[in-house]
Amino acid sequence: MDDKLSFFKDGIRLDGRRPGELRPVKIEAGVLERADGSCYIEMGGNKVIAAVYGPREVHPRHLQKVTRAIVRYRYNMASFSVEERKRPGPDRRSHEVSKVSREALEPVILTHYFPRSVIDVFVEVLQADAGTRTAGINAASVALADAGVPMKSLVSSCAAGKVDGQIILDPMKDEDNFGEGDMPLAMTPDGEVTLLQADGRFTVEEMREAMETARKGCEQIYEIQKKALIDRYSRLEDPKEEGSGV
Amino acid sequence: MSNNVMSEIRKDYLYHLVMNNERADGRSFDQYREISLETGVIKKADGSARVRLGNTQVLVGVKIQPGEPYSDSPDRGVIITNAELVPLASPNFEPGPPNEHGIELARLVDRGVRESKSIDLDALCITPGQKVWILFIDIHILDDCGNIMDASSLGAIAALMTAKVPAEQYGLGEDWPLPVRDIPVATTVVEFGGVLMSDPDTDEETAADTKLTVITTADGSVCGMQKRGPGPLSMDNIYRIVDISCEKAKEIREKFLDV
Repeated sequence: MDDKLSFFKDGIRLDGRRPGELRPVKIEAGVLERADGSCYIEMGGNKVIAAVYGPREVHPRHLQKVTRAIVRYRYNMASFSVEERKRPGPDRRSHEVSKVSREALEPVILTHYFPRSVIDVFVEVLQADAGTRTAGINAASVALADAGVPMKSLVSSCAAGKVDGQIILDPMKDEDNFGEGDMPLAMTPDGEVTLLQADGRFTVEEMREAMETARKGCEQIYEIQKKALIDRYSRLEDPKEEGSGV
Repeated sequence: MSNNVMSEIRKDYLYHLVMNNERADGRSFDQYREISLETGVIKKADGSARVRLGNTQVLVGVKIQPGEPYSDSPDRGVIITNAELVPLASPNFEPGPPNEHGIELARLVDRGVRESKSIDLDALCITPGQKVWILFIDIHILDDCGNIMDASSLGAIAALMTAKVPAEQYGLGEDWPLPVRDIPVATTVVEFGGVLMSDPDTDEETAADTKLTVITTADGSVCGMQKRGPGPLSMDNIYRIVDISCEKAKEIREKFLDV
């Protein structure tokens, strides 16, 4: 894309959104049979699935902690999830994403209930379209709740960005690639920030505006996450769904 | 780093100090340990710097070599940043490929250099599509007494600012100094016992759940930020940390990196 091409047309973004608007979000809890908890999320063009196993025994054993559970988070991109085939397996980026995502969830997980155990979170990016780490955290948070892991609250996540000098919510691919900044954020419903990253260039005022913008996005996502969990468990109560009854 | 073991009694001690507005080494909360910076310490490198931050020691070497550009940026130079958390620097470091701490450190230093656009990558093109200068920034931690992040970032930019492109060696004309357009500085603050402390030492890093590293440019903009550690931070504390960081980075820049 030409640098001089504008990201806005009459104040509307190239994909038809207003600056403070999220892409469509769809969340479904309990999508996998074997996992203790799971969640599928679509955020714009991102398609991400998360599974939680545990609390369970730690392997290798030397990693266990005597006072609490450890949390492991594996963020993995499918080789076909991006334009040019990605070499399978973890690269440096996914190591970093895994670390910060784990640290985004650790503040809410009541790990001291489960000494010497592990809570494993596996996140698979099936289709990537800017914002995979935030989608992964949203899905993982719901999957943890679906697994019945005790938590202080859910964690909701989305990014703010900067294009043409303006702060926007939830950058899409082109805005991320050719914009002036990206700031992924995750937070609890009571406003504690559990993930914060930034790249690009923000003045201090812009940084504050971006954080406020991302906060509003997180609040909307939180409602969708809650609804996904309510849907999942009201579905379970409905006996018609379980077998044919014959 | 986070694998340090700390007794509860030591943690309590630090906590009580904080309650009395003190730190174990007598610093004020926003005060850095003594910084010393030497450049040109490794003659075989094209740029190098040794940073001491209190007892923390970091060596950064920059090597510049011709190589192939990435296919999506055929006429631009390449920056590759790597950090070695070698086992001589801490009982917690092990030999082997970089773990997530090493990767995060290298990627944060890289983000500062890249996002501040301090290196003009267009100027590092030799033959478009075929040959460009590749900038290797290698960070060697020698002694981890806390806050290797800020030390590494300072070492990296200092090494870059004193680096020469070794053109003669490759028959590409005379050597020329690497042009550096901006001076990103990373500053790290931990939250512990309700207060914000700059430049944490090993104990403070271990006791605190959460750190925020903010990388600022010469004009006071934020070009990189990362919350690290398993705890949360309030928005208000984030804003305060960014303000502290801008101020501290300015002091460091003026004192050590003024050209």
